Amino acid sequence: MIHSLFLINNAGDLFLEKHWKSVISRSVCDYFFEAREKAVEPDNVPPVIRTPHHYLINIYREKIFFVSVIQTEVPPLFVIEFLHRVAETFQDYFGECSETTIKDNVVIVYELLEEMLDNGFPLATESNILKELIRPPTILRTMVNTITGSSNVGETLPTGQLSTIPWRRAGVKYTNNEAYFDVVEEIDAILDKSGTTVFAEIQGVIDACVKLSGMPDLTLSFMNPRLLDDVSFHPCVRYKRWESERVISFIPPDGNFQLMSYHISAQNLVAIPVYVKQNISFFETGSSGRLDITVGPKQTMGKTVECLVVTVHMPKVVLSANLNATQGTYNYDPVTKILVWDIGKLNSQKLPNLKGSLSLQSGAPKPEENPSLNIDLKIQQLAISGLKVNRLDMYGEKYKPFKGVKYVTKAGKFQVRT
Amino acid sequence: MMTKHVRNLLSLLQENRGLGSKMTDSKYFTTTKKGEIFELKAELNSDKKEKKKEAVKKVIASMTVGKDVSALFPDVVNCMQTDNLELKKLVYLYLMNYAKSQPDMAIMAVNTFVKDCEDPNPLIRALAVRTMGCIRVDKITEYLCEPLRKCLKDEDPYVRKTAAVCVAKLHDINAQLVEDQGFLDTLKDLISDSNPMVVANAVAALSEIAESHPNSNLLDLNPQTINKLLTALNECTEWGQIFILDCLANYTPRDDRESQSICERVTPRLSHANSAVVLSAVKVLMKFMEMLPKDLDYYGTLLKKLAPPLVTLLSAEPELQYVALRNINLIVQKRPEILKHEMKVFFVKYNDPIYVKLEKLDIMIRLASQANIAQVLAELKEYATEVDVDFVRKAVRAIGRCAIKVEQSAERCVSTLLDLIQTKVNYVVQEAIVVIKDIFRKYPNKYESVIATLCENLDSLDEPEARAAMIWIVGEYAERIDNADELLESFLEGFHDESTQVQLQLLTAIVKLFLKKPTETQELVQQVLSLATQDSDNPDLRDRGYIYWRLLSTDPVAAKEVVLAEKPLISEETDLIEPTLLEELICHIGTLASVYHKPPSAFVEGSRGVQHKRLPARAGSGESAESPDVGQSGPAEAPPAVIPSQGDLLGDLLNLDLAPPTATIPSVQPSMQMGAMDLLGGGLDSLLGGDIGGSPSMGAGLGAAPAAMPAALGSAPAVGGGLGDLFDLGGGVGMPTGAYVAPKTVWLPAMKAKGLEISGTFARRGGIIQMDLSLTNKAMSVMTDFAIQFNRNSFGLAPAGPLQVLTPLSPNQTIDVSLPLSTSGPVMKMEPLNNLQVAVKNNIDVFYFSCQYPLSLLFVEDGKMERQVFLATWKDIPNDNEAQFQIKDIHLNSDAASNKLQGSNIFTIAKRTVEGQDMLYQSVKLTNAIWVLAEMRIQTGNPNYTLSIKCRAPEVSQFVYQCYELVLKN
Repeated sequence: MIHSLFLINNAGDLFLEKHWKSVISRSVCDYFFEAREKAVEPDNVPPVIRTPHHYLINIYREKIFFVSVIQTEVPPLFVIEFLHRVAETFQDYFGECSETTIKDNVVIVYELLEEMLDNGFPLATESNILKELIRPPTILRTMVNTITGSSNVGETLPTGQLSTIPWRRAGVKYTNNEAYFDVVEEIDAILDKSGTTVFAEIQGVIDACVKLSGMPDLTLSFMNPRLLDDVSFHPCVRYKRWESERVISFIPPDGNFQLMSYHISAQNLVAIPVYVKQNISFFETGSSGRLDITVGPKQTMGKTVECLVVTVHMPKVVLSANLNATQGTYNYDPVTKILVWDIGKLNSQKLPNLKGSLSLQSGAPKPEENPSLNIDLKIQQLAISGLKVNRLDMYGEKYKPFKGVKYVTKAGKFQVRT
Repeated sequence: MMTKHVRNLLSLLQENRGLGSKMTDSKYFTTTKKGEIFELKAELNSDKKEKKKEAVKKVIASMTVGKDVSALFPDVVNCMQTDNLELKKLVYLYLMNYAKSQPDMAIMAVNTFVKDCEDPNPLIRALAVRTMGCIRVDKITEYLCEPLRKCLKDEDPYVRKTAAVCVAKLHDINAQLVEDQGFLDTLKDLISDSNPMVVANAVAALSEIAESHPNSNLLDLNPQTINKLLTALNECTEWGQIFILDCLANYTPRDDRESQSICERVTPRLSHANSAVVLSAVKVLMKFMEMLPKDLDYYGTLLKKLAPPLVTLLSAEPELQYVALRNINLIVQKRPEILKHEMKVFFVKYNDPIYVKLEKLDIMIRLASQANIAQVLAELKEYATEVDVDFVRKAVRAIGRCAIKVEQSAERCVSTLLDLIQTKVNYVVQEAIVVIKDIFRKYPNKYESVIATLCENLDSLDEPEARAAMIWIVGEYAERIDNADELLESFLEGFHDESTQVQLQLLTAIVKLFLKKPTETQELVQQVLSLATQDSDNPDLRDRGYIYWRLLSTDPVAAKEVVLAEKPLISEETDLIEPTLLEELICHIGTLASVYHKPPSAFVEGSRGVQHKRLPARAGSGESAESPDVGQSGPAEAPPAVIPSQGDLLGDLLNLDLAPPTATIPSVQPSMQMGAMDLLGGGLDSLLGGDIGGSPSMGAGLGAAPAAMPAALGSAPAVGGGLGDLFDLGGGVGMPTGAYVAPKTVWLPAMKAKGLEISGTFARRGGIIQMDLSLTNKAMSVMTDFAIQFNRNSFGLAPAGPLQVLTPLSPNQTIDVSLPLSTSGPVMKMEPLNNLQVAVKNNIDVFYFSCQYPLSLLFVEDGKMERQVFLATWKDIPNDNEAQFQIKDIHLNSDAASNKLQGSNIFTIAKRTVEGQDMLYQSVKLTNAIWVLAEMRIQTGNPNYTLSIKCRAPEVSQFVYQCYELVLKN
């Protein structure tokens, strides 16, 4: 199982290590550094690295490499999933997962890691159990602890740890009982030069914020459950009822959690909300080029497209851009070679346009590669797949909760080729 | 009010205690003063609880960043007896880290642990048992046993589940102790525990232990346990589900009904949010699906259900995608129908990490078919203009692979490649030329019109592979290229600076040219032949040069037939994984093996003797032969080997020395290590199986070697037999059913061991391996304190207990001891295989000797193979592994022989009589689960028996033969 964990920052400093079995010398990380160097970009470091005696499985999150060492045959996905869970736990505890926060809370980090794995086997990874075992730091508590000598470690066995619903603790109590659901859909798409869809799919999630007293048993139903044929559920969801009745029945965890994620890949169901007309060309002579981009609405279901941003990764030889935007602002970073055009709200009466010239490094040959455009956008009050929640029912408790559903559509990996 | 109050207190604190203004742990990092350790020591011994805790926190922080604070060990341990849970935990953390370096100190902590294991709070009990297991100090482990036993039966499931893991920890430190204490059985009982979390942890612990114990049968799966596991699967945590699913995957259902019912209960896991759970479920389904009849409705349903979860894995984080893609690559090769409509999800996004891009590309080609080829090509062309060089190269190569795979698309592919060549981007051009060469080899005489375009780019080629490809094209089509001689001559100028690959290619190409246009090129060919034979240091090049030279000078017609022979077309897909390996990898979906596409035996260190996993056979397809008539079945069919792109080796000398496809390179490196491992699981033959099978001359060479050996070795047992007559100590000689025990021989003469003489023998009694020793004191003084130890050996033999010599051995006294042995010791291949190196210690000194044990020691009692299995296995083992031996001068009839052999766990499975010849089919199983299959032919009236032995690890054959001879002759 998981033998050791090393945390390494972007500069290559190893700033934390934890061993769950015998101690493995940190020199094992040299193999990682070698791979890191070879990959150039931190994103490109291969997730599984083989060394003569160990395997290093790593993830890169928030500018930190989480490098785990394993010695026997362990499913790599198991390790990767676990590492992501560690990063999420840090995020959850300290508000952000960064080198500074980890160093600031090193003892809690150590205690957490100790609770999360035993001999390399996951022990407690559910956030609510961990929080009962080790209380998250708050300024107030840190001070009170310092004064009174009390600790941030729980004295009792967390109730959830043994029940068959480990995700919920007993005795939850709220004065305002509320349950909110966010249906968030992201469009992943590749459009070609002419605007035809090469590939498109929707990644949807339903995030929930449930603050209900006692042991509520919820049932969520959809107007059009037929849309969903590829779903992944939080462990609390009763799969049998989904199979037979297409409703989501569950006893929720307390607080924020992801209820389910789904995936819609049938082409005809994926509406593309905007179109992009673009022309980026470089001249054979004169070390310059032209750029002309127009964005317009396509299938927006009558809603407004907001937070529209177009990002272009320019070829290396592009030195600067002299452009004119009819709406929004643009910025070209000559170091990263990224052009960002922040449009904001899409006005369908007067289409935003960005036009002008690009100057290239003199003497350099005309760039071979075509820059791709990346689109970011947001549409409130719409799930682009058309998914709609029908109703939410609660059983098992007597009070009347507040309920709410919000929809939002975003662009995921949405790119336009030129 | 509150905040103000606190603020006041805070300022007070800062003044009084000198704490930093930041109320965070980062302050622990800042102390780098010289007297730090000294200061901490004082604080740890402070009377104030709070100060103590702060100090321990500082110590932990220093430890975390790798500073050495082990000097504080006694002071920290002193803080352990506390009611404060956090402080206790911190001290435990410290202990786990440093106990190894301070074993004597660590013992000080034992009492507190034992006490904590009785604590009324289950959290403390669990914590104590958990921590004790992490203290990797031998001396402590024995104190751990009692508390652990209690905790395994604790009323609180939280404690039980923690204790289950602790057994695995303890096993890692001292495997023998765990076995002796019966913890493994307790662990097995926990599989039936009422709490699903306990079940999951027990499974996890057993799986980990089983990995280092391949034959222990720890996870003995039967329909009842499977049922329990499936029940627990629904209720345990996501991690537990992974353990259980991985364990389920090792089970082989009895029939298709059971297989289907397991599949039905596993399918819901495909919708789990944890991708590792999903992939483990996919593994179980892919494996069990194999048993379902294809016409079953459920089979189709299952196929459909597998696609969506696999697609979903691709929307996860890139690291997860990578592992998923490597596995999908396997799944697509095994069952292309699952994802055939999902091509688009594998389209590359420009911000995918490079490792994801390359994998996606690979799968795209595997899924390419006539139906989607247009789309694929459009994508590939797009990729070929990207920035990343590696990716672009692979994309260009992929276009070539499409052309070879989908014939209808070949033309379009060629024109796409030509477009790319027009870009003049250097590496694109070179890559394109390499793949066009392959296209020519698949579709000869079809696209030669493009040669002119290729020739234009001759000068820009600077990579050996591209140069070699171009030269090959010129040589192959010399008759159509007007200036072929000029082109080749231009390469010849820098002949010595070229890589071997190019040199060889150039040699062959010029010879081809000469054979096609002999009149104009005589000078050229002489030039290249002299360059190759006289001026080169490379033996391959020289040899090839001489071959051509002689061919050309003796028989030009023959030369033409050889050099310009019709070449076979290259196979469709060049990089498919060999089917048996693929099957094995499918059984290992989700593991490291599946990421590296290599059998687990090839690389996972510490997993000794990995067992090969096979997909179960489909119902009704089992062989229905009534008696095993393997004797006449002729050579077993070799597994269908993939024809590598090199094509026929003789037909095309050109490729003989080209760098082999990259996939085969890695197998060379681990082979050293595997030599030892092979014995235990036959890893080597599966890895090299394809290669050996393909070149018959090599196979014959290997087969002959073992056959020659027994003659020389046969004399050794004869000596043993002679001694047996003299002393007749072995009681088993006359008994027909007992195992034969060789008489004791002197292993360590008194002269070499300061007066201690050791003689001994080995025996297997009721399934227990024993080493019978006689210790004689031939010195003048009393000997005491005997102990024994083995070096690592081929089968992991190790003493199962201490050497029991209770009384001191007085001068001239002899004492007989029986030492039980286990086979769970460390493994290392010995030469000879059955060699055992022993160290014996007494109060005088340590002595070393080595002895050889009969392999029959390792023949286990359940070594009787099912007839059907025997038949299938016999066919399955390559013929090269068969060894033949003669056993001479045996005057027993077949029944008596078979009885005698049975006494030594050599089991006769079937007997046939053909033309006065008795054929006995026998099986033997070794302790490390190697099966040895034998066929013994006995002709009435002929005292010489013929013995054929087949085994996946052919090294053992001759030793098995020795056992036959020993047993039959005594």
